Amino acid sequence: MVFVGDQPGEIESQAITLGHSLGSVEAVVLGDVTIVGLNRVWSVQHPLLSDYAPEAIAEALAQLVGREMPAAVIAAGTERGNEVMAHLGALLDLPLASNIVSVDAADDDWELTRVRWGGSLLEEATLSAFVKLLTVAPHSQPAFAGSGDPEVTVFTPEIDDSLARTRVTERVTVEAGISLTTAPVVVSGGRGVGSAEGFATLEQLANLLGGAVGCSRVVTNNGWRSHRDQVGQTGTRIAPSLYIACGISGAIQHWVGMMAAKKVLAINTDPDAPMVTKADYAVIGDLHEILPAIVDEVKRRKGLE
Amino acid sequence: MRILTCVKRVPAPGARINLTEDQRAIDARHLSFTVSPHEECAVEEGIRLREANGGTVTVLTLGPAESEEQLRYAISVGADTAELILTDGEEWDPQSTANALASRIKDLEAEGEAFDLILFGNESADAGGYQVGIRVAHLLGRPIITGIKGLQVEQQTVVARREVESGFEVYRLPLPAVVAVKEGINLPRYPTLPGRLKAKKAEVANLGPAVGIGGGLQMRMLRTPKEQQTVTTVLGRGADAAPAVVDLLAELGLLR
Repeated sequence: MVFVGDQPGEIESQAITLGHSLGSVEAVVLGDVTIVGLNRVWSVQHPLLSDYAPEAIAEALAQLVGREMPAAVIAAGTERGNEVMAHLGALLDLPLASNIVSVDAADDDWELTRVRWGGSLLEEATLSAFVKLLTVAPHSQPAFAGSGDPEVTVFTPEIDDSLARTRVTERVTVEAGISLTTAPVVVSGGRGVGSAEGFATLEQLANLLGGAVGCSRVVTNNGWRSHRDQVGQTGTRIAPSLYIACGISGAIQHWVGMMAAKKVLAINTDPDAPMVTKADYAVIGDLHEILPAIVDEVKRRKGLE
Repeated sequence: MRILTCVKRVPAPGARINLTEDQRAIDARHLSFTVSPHEECAVEEGIRLREANGGTVTVLTLGPAESEEQLRYAISVGADTAELILTDGEEWDPQSTANALASRIKDLEAEGEAFDLILFGNESADAGGYQVGIRVAHLLGRPIITGIKGLQVEQQTVVARREVESGFEVYRLPLPAVVAVKEGINLPRYPTLPGRLKAKKAEVANLGPAVGIGGGLQMRMLRTPKEQQTVTTVLGRGADAAPAVVDLLAELGLLR
């Protein structure tokens, strides 16, 4: 059983891939969401679940698990996936293995590998439980591809109104440009940018390329950028087509936030910085000279100057 | 307002992590340790709430004797009292950890008043299980919300904000409640000299040693992922490299 929720995205699809490698997958969705390529989809319907409510979702899942007795419940290792599954583990008093990258389910006890330190260390663990609870580390599996419409079964759980206590009560939309997680290119700055003002050129380049601006932990700790822009273990994990790291040394806690990028371009004065040696492309030198030159060249080729 | 903050001792982020020979633990000999980053913010948030509303801040940890260092750090930045549940040094699984924390919290509440608010970090920097706070909340029968980057207390309600792609979500939990916060909720302060002196003299209630009950998730060994060997193509030096960079952008289809 794979918990998908109401927003099936790339990471949820990767969780289905892992489930599919273990056996037949039934997806659990909230509301009228369907997943192509599966035999069965459980559509959980309840007024309390019209907006995100982790406790109530876990309660619904616990009831469905009690009825259907799946071998495992799997979810995406996202903020919501991990939260809902931890509630489920607490409700059923079952262990939860979070952010796994692989499973060997040959025996009653499953042997699995999970990530620690955001992905810079791996843990081999044994999971013994009547129903196995897992979340799947983002980008550790390919997306699921299947065809054919599933049989959709509506499941209406009994949920006590008191569980509305942890439901979203309000949504505030912040007008922002292109989001860090979906931007095709992220122009990111570290200590080398030197100041809040220094990010102006990074903004310029990101705008020209339809991308977003990111930063390292040093930058948010210095108050140069909002924490919303931080890429890394304690910030946002991203997987853009191109990550441009400007003046970022490449400490491990930053690297795990952007290692899923398809290509990395490092701009740094130090040719031996970890970011430079691990990058696909590098330009050695002062970002304060290099970035304006790149901005000018992009403008010239786009016919903007 | 009675506030409890739970923390974990972890190696300082950014350090190169080596493993012990049997690969059952990290080699701690050359590492410095700290409070996990999200929890550093949880400590700070508890102190700010106390400064605004009055009351006390207690810090609680489960770990080896050396974890006293992290409790003293919390006192040096303003926490009032500290409690250590001593382990034998082996890392405990999330279920055993949550059971021990919840049982100690129940004892502390039986000795005094109930905690209005219990704060956790969203996930520990090392194990990253994303579950101890949620399990503790369930064991205490209290509501919990995680991933929080904004917190306010209004009478008997805690208003919590979680960042999402489009902006933020607002949750309102009745007190007593449990909240797991993330880095970015505040910028933690540094210890002051009087704070350090107070921390040095503070008494840390030392409970234990406790023995973890074997949970259903047991770590067998640790290993370092294979590093991908990347050949770095140097596009040039200084501003002269700009045309080569833009060629690359065009090649990747990013110049539209």
